[in-house]
Amino acid sequence: MHTLMQCLWRLRMIGAVLLLAVLAASLAPPSSAAEPDEEIGQAVGTVDADTWRQVKSGENFIDSRYDSTYNLINPSGETWRQIRNEWISPAGLIAIGGMLAILIIFYLIVGRNDLGHERTGRKILRWTVFERSLHWTVATLFIALSLTGLNLLYGKFVFRHIFGDVFWANMIMGSKLIHNYAGPVFGILLIVILAKWLKVNLPKKHDWEWFKQGGGMVGDKHPDAGFANAGEKAWFWILASVGLLVVISGLVLDFPIFGQTRDNMQWANMFHGVTSLILMTVALGHIYIGTLGTEGALEGMATGYVDETWAKQHHNLWYEEVKDNAGQPQQSDPPVGDDTATAHRPN
Amino acid sequence: MAQMKFLCDAERCIECNGCVTACKNANETDWGIQRRRVVTLDDGKPSEVSISVACMHCDDAPCMAVCPTDCFYKTDDGIVLHDKDICIGCGYCLYACPFGAPQFPKEEAFGERGKMDKCTFCAGGPAETKEEEYEKYGANRIAEGKLPLCAEMCSTKALLAGDAQTISDIFRERVVYRGHKDGGWSSVEKAQMSGPDVSGNLDEMAYDATRATREG
Repeated sequence: MHTLMQCLWRLRMIGAVLLLAVLAASLAPPSSAAEPDEEIGQAVGTVDADTWRQVKSGENFIDSRYDSTYNLINPSGETWRQIRNEWISPAGLIAIGGMLAILIIFYLIVGRNDLGHERTGRKILRWTVFERSLHWTVATLFIALSLTGLNLLYGKFVFRHIFGDVFWANMIMGSKLIHNYAGPVFGILLIVILAKWLKVNLPKKHDWEWFKQGGGMVGDKHPDAGFANAGEKAWFWILASVGLLVVISGLVLDFPIFGQTRDNMQWANMFHGVTSLILMTVALGHIYIGTLGTEGALEGMATGYVDETWAKQHHNLWYEEVKDNAGQPQQSDPPVGDDTATAHRPN
Repeated sequence: MAQMKFLCDAERCIECNGCVTACKNANETDWGIQRRRVVTLDDGKPSEVSISVACMHCDDAPCMAVCPTDCFYKTDDGIVLHDKDICIGCGYCLYACPFGAPQFPKEEAFGERGKMDKCTFCAGGPAETKEEEYEKYGANRIAEGKLPLCAEMCSTKALLAGDAQTISDIFRERVVYRGHKDGGWSSVEKAQMSGPDVSGNLDEMAYDATRATREG
């Protein structure tokens, strides 16, 4: 009886193994594996649950590759891919596209913020030569970095199909080189510009009121503003926070020679993507207000001088303090030192 | 259509690194580049297990999904290859790959990476001439009707390469003979077989020498 039971039991076991083998045969062709776990689960047989736990933990392993710090499976790679491709990438498109749409609609409905009175012809110094060069250098670098960065994130969906492989190869390689070399220069100049304009961008009480009135962008209201209005201050502090995060995460990615792990790089990449897309979105607003959106704003940053009427309308507190200096800009464009600039922005 | 895959039978792998050497030799990869590696867990303990790893030629490959240049492509045989003319060495494929397959020659200023290199399943890559192909990507044994050299030279036939269906059939056959519950594919514990069933006792027999350690 005992032997018979054993015999039956063994038969059942063999049956089970065969059944599972057949089942596996019908399901197993590893052609539908979407997950790395599945992929390696099929690629490596005869390994039990404990081993898998160990594999994933990345502990207690040796590797035959020289200088290798890679454990067998690096599950964070798939997470990074999902976050980058499924969230950051589309969110960036929505943010930038949405901002563009808002600006276009705003321009069509509200239009340019014109000067309320005739120009007096008397000019006030607003930006020194040094400040203007700094601004336009940083602006150029910012645009170059934005375009190359956008190309690195989205370019493959567009340009390879349009221009073909050879052009695309050069274009994307150029994008990487420009991005990697312009990045650190931008970082240094950003710090210089932040230091230079820190004093005029310290928040004041009247800035809150400016925000509450929406900066006077709609209607005829002209809330109080010093040398920098609250909107400019907000842009300054976004650059001082988000902008510096972009620079720091960018430097981590740019110089992979300080022992960064793959996890470090994944984090740096996600940070860099999110923060730089935020920056680009806000920058669109800055560019709009500085060019199309406000009469007379661009000439300030182009020539260094603004009209008295403009100063009175947009920066009344600053105007009150410097109106005595209004006059004709000297044709020889004398070297305007920082002392002169300080005299023009006492508040 | 064939779906090419690697399969490493961990019960058979003896960590001889023959596959690593064979690969390096067949493809003459750059200095510092080693497309295949052997990972050993619990080295020196009874539970030691070794696995040979390279590019797994994933069906839904993370490297392909994150590449900013779109330089990856899949052959009709399911092999994941990449075009070094388009690669810019950004390293994203390395961040995404679960298996650490992509490697970069360190040759540019400021640690800038060179063109990515990884296992090609000995299928070469896109190039005008055979010489250029060999120079850039290594051997194209698939074109000659041969399998990857790592698997061909595996001394214990632990590393199998070929059509997924074929190699899983071979593996399954081994498992049936070896007597492994659930066909070796599930994540449940190894079969705790008892009784006079010899196949079920193989594990126990293998651990005889260390029984004291395991139970004490």
